[in-house]
Amino acid sequence: MRIQFKTSYDHDIRLFPDRHSLIVYGALIVLALALPLLINEFYIGEVTNVLIWAIAGLGLMLLTGQTGQASLGHAAFLAIGCYTNTIMIEQGMPFVLAFPLAGVLTGIVGAIIAIPALRLHGIYLAIATIALSILADDIIVLLEPWTGGVSGKFPDVIRLFGIEIERWTMPVRFYYLVLTVAVICTLFYRNLLRSPLGRAFAAVRDSEVSATAMGVHIARTKAMAFGLSCMITGWAGALMGYYAGAFNNETFSLVISITLLMMIVIGGLGSIHGAFFGAVVVAFLPQGLSILKDGVLGGGVAIPGLETGVFGMILILFILFEPMGIYGRWLKIRIWFELFPFARKDMFRRQKSYLKTERLR
Amino acid sequence: MEAVQLLVSGLANGCVYGLIALGFVLIYKATEAVNFAQGDFMMLGAFVTLGLTNAEYLHLPFWLAAPLSIAIMAALGYLLDLVILRHLFGQNQTAVVILTIALGFVIRFFAGAIWGHEPQTLESPLALGDVHLAGVVLGLADVAIIVVTVLLTWSLYQFFQRTKLGLAMQAASQNQMAAYFMGIPVRRVHGMIWGLSGATAAVAGILFASKGAIDPNAGLLGIKAFAAAVIGGFGSLPGALAGGLIVGVIEPFAARYLAAGYSQIAPYVLLLAVLVFRPHGLFSQVRTKKV
Repeated sequence: MRIQFKTSYDHDIRLFPDRHSLIVYGALIVLALALPLLINEFYIGEVTNVLIWAIAGLGLMLLTGQTGQASLGHAAFLAIGCYTNTIMIEQGMPFVLAFPLAGVLTGIVGAIIAIPALRLHGIYLAIATIALSILADDIIVLLEPWTGGVSGKFPDVIRLFGIEIERWTMPVRFYYLVLTVAVICTLFYRNLLRSPLGRAFAAVRDSEVSATAMGVHIARTKAMAFGLSCMITGWAGALMGYYAGAFNNETFSLVISITLLMMIVIGGLGSIHGAFFGAVVVAFLPQGLSILKDGVLGGGVAIPGLETGVFGMILILFILFEPMGIYGRWLKIRIWFELFPFARKDMFRRQKSYLKTERLR
Repeated sequence: MEAVQLLVSGLANGCVYGLIALGFVLIYKATEAVNFAQGDFMMLGAFVTLGLTNAEYLHLPFWLAAPLSIAIMAALGYLLDLVILRHLFGQNQTAVVILTIALGFVIRFFAGAIWGHEPQTLESPLALGDVHLAGVVLGLADVAIIVVTVLLTWSLYQFFQRTKLGLAMQAASQNQMAAYFMGIPVRRVHGMIWGLSGATAAVAGILFASKGAIDPNAGLLGIKAFAAAVIGGFGSLPGALAGGLIVGVIEPFAARYLAAGYSQIAPYVLLLAVLVFRPHGLFSQVRTKKV
């Protein structure tokens, strides 16, 4: 059993809570760096896919998990990141400049969109962002001169400091690029949570009234959350474009938005681990199902809609029995081992709460 | 004349959106949750009727099958609340949103597994015949949709305004704890409202399937119904109908008078505009809380 003695406020907001976790995460990074030596190129591609989904998940997690704003429109922001990055590179901008800028531009667009959306909460925001997701599809078609419309676009080979990176011919290099972005995003996220802004996010999520009372500017905080969330999402979108190799108006559909939201719920809302756990589920579910199907039915049988159906069922079970997601389950198991003889069954019992609406009639 | 024809067929379409939106509003009014699977409920209701009526399945007469499938869907709605949603009692809204989206996936999967993914037509007596009225041609199904929608909206409105159960449902939504202490069986009331919205979805499904083919993805129509519900104002039954009609009328007019790419986005642009300028819809029921 580890005990953390916190003797000052700084201890509470350290990047790593104690030396033990520093070692664990350090080992994880070393493992990630050494991964290409351990597994073959096909699986490196799969792991890259997981990492890209995890970055996108981090983006949405910042908004939904930390600030409590459910968005079903993040596919639109993935698309903005992807298209701006590709277009800027086509215009001759180097990758080092275009890639970060794509994220920043997406963030700015997100913050601008957030300004009217700030007046909405809960359900209304979710519906407004659904509309955004649907609109994105049509707007891409309308902007055909830039976006290529229905025929789509093919991203160029990445040239970074004279090194060529391509997803199909050099998956290992692409993996390292994605890994770098993922680590940077994770550190950014973690550090954001330690900053006053990150704490304001959590305050807004937990209670807007109390947050206002504590001097948090609600509208500004929400707009910042939207902007920062969309920035990370924009980077994920650009990487998704490279990973797919070709994209058009249908690549970033409403289904992607929904998958993204469900992914972070399965992973565990409000935790960095959750984004990664959820990404693993989303990326490996199709393979897992096809292996299972081959085992049960002997292969060759196609069941349309099976993936989304099973995904939906998994999600329902999670919301009913483990609202904290995979991360929550992992935490419970870990704490059981840490407290070994003293763990009690009801330690994580949910508090019942009752709904009181602000609607009058 | 062309404009009148567009208007009338738009109204008939709008009534389908209005009926689905009615389902959202019912649940929102009573449980403060939004059922994102309402469109899939509608699709399921249509398929249940189809399974009971069509020659290759059970081949019951339509007028027996329709009430039967409404009853089945009502029971299903109640059961859903009993098995799943009751456990989310008092949890935050996002959980319910995500749960119902997942539910939609599951319903679509099962409907596809049972009835196949090909579009099918319901053998309904409403599908036959047109009504000619002063030069405007209207399918019998369209007339039925308009009549049934108006009647249903009116009776549900009366139900919420006048009956004890309707008032109990509203009370249960405003403050669950207080309603419980006042002797309202909040959980059972929630179950009933889910049953009611299941029945409404079945009605919408039967009427929709009478108009044309139905396939498991028809539930995506629910997204347009969302636009309708929001434009009308979530929580207002006549608002849901009005919103549905607005969306339904805008669509054919945009398709006729706007360029191809712009016509599809018209309902959503309207939705965003309404959300920006009147976040709680045109028939808003929300007043700012004073304390």
